[in-house]
Amino acid sequence: MVKEIERSGIPVVHACSIVPISLTVGGNRIVPTIAIPHPFGRPDKSIAEEKALRRQLVEKALHALQTPIEKQTVFE
Amino acid sequence: MSIQYRIIHCLNQFFGGIGGEEQASTPPSLFSGARGPGMLLQKEFPQIEIAATLVFGDNYVAENPEAAIREILGLLTPYCTENRPDLLVAGPAFNAGRYGIACGAICQAVQEELDLPAVTGMYPNNPAVELYRLHTFIARTSDNVMGMADAIGNMIPLGLKLVREEEVWPEKDGYLLQGKRKNIFVRETGAKRAVTMLLARMNGEPFTTEYPMPVFDRAEPAPPIKDMGQARLALVTSGGIVPKGNPDRIEAANAQRFGTYSLKGLQALSAQTHQTAHGGYDPTYANQDPNRVLPLDAVRELEAEGAIGSLHEYYYATVGNATSVENARKYGQQIAKILVADGVQAVILTST
Repeated sequence: MVKEIERSGIPVVHACSIVPISLTVGGNRIVPTIAIPHPFGRPDKSIAEEKALRRQLVEKALHALQTPIEKQTVFE
Repeated sequence: MSIQYRIIHCLNQFFGGIGGEEQASTPPSLFSGARGPGMLLQKEFPQIEIAATLVFGDNYVAENPEAAIREILGLLTPYCTENRPDLLVAGPAFNAGRYGIACGAICQAVQEELDLPAVTGMYPNNPAVELYRLHTFIARTSDNVMGMADAIGNMIPLGLKLVREEEVWPEKDGYLLQGKRKNIFVRETGAKRAVTMLLARMNGEPFTTEYPMPVFDRAEPAPPIKDMGQARLALVTSGGIVPKGNPDRIEAANAQRFGTYSLKGLQALSAQTHQTAHGGYDPTYANQDPNRVLPLDAVRELEAEGAIGSLHEYYYATVGNATSVENARKYGQQIAKILVADGVQAVILTST
């Protein structure tokens, strides 16, 4: 899905927990997330801390969308 | 028939009989004897004894393969020094991505670190195939557990040939291409064979190439957004987040559709409004707070602060759990068409 949307000319940031799979299938802008069952969550933290982490990940994704890249890039 | 070979079998938490998705974070442990499909394996191949079964949680290995593999090698090393087994068999993993990654990583590690022959089995489209096929023997299997007997019937003879150090060939021994070249003697020269193929092609007759070209399916990176504060963003997910009740009945695995759902007036997702339809991970955390998979609350906050120009009125969701590549491609194309028509400029696609 990432590739087909990217082919239409829209930049896609793939936020996912298994980065090797995204690299294999051809994601270009990749943001690693927290864990498979809760990519944007940390259920062991307080709600405020969890929300702050989620916001940071979304900000990272926005940063990736504004970054020029030549090849597949993982935004650690 | 007496026992001739002793093997170690590696299984995920499902096949190892520990539990379902709620046990996917279980660290690896070693059990004596056969478990789950190992029973079938021993029955089909009476010359084999499963000395031990290593069982691990899918997420435990897939989320941090390097650390998990070190732990697994730590468990297997003492075992392999005294009373060394002949072969390690991992899976089969069929079309399960996380399980496939674990099986591939274990096989590669025991070959390299413990010098033990290893074999696994996967469906050719399993995303782990591209990661591990060059370094491991991956027997071809069907895409789901219905093909268990055939998968075992393919993996074990291949594994035993590796133990006996016999020559193996991908086509004959049913494993996926490793990208290796081997020298062989044939009667006719290359020139003659090439012309024969060319003539066959010109006559519309079937022929088999001796060197299939690899298919690279890559999309050029799209140009970046100059200023997200002016751009229109859309959210897409393969993590199965749907309105409560799953109105389109998106399948928990092998999804046959994607859903288009309104975000109008929504500041955040909640357990009252949304849930996950995905059958490939423990749904507890996503159902408690669906923003953990589709981070609408954070996106709305950043939109209100001006860091995002505007959020597209709909989000698009499917279940990326053993969903075929062809279907995923089709959904991507359909979603892209709508996004382009609606003037969307950037996409965050979340996956579990």
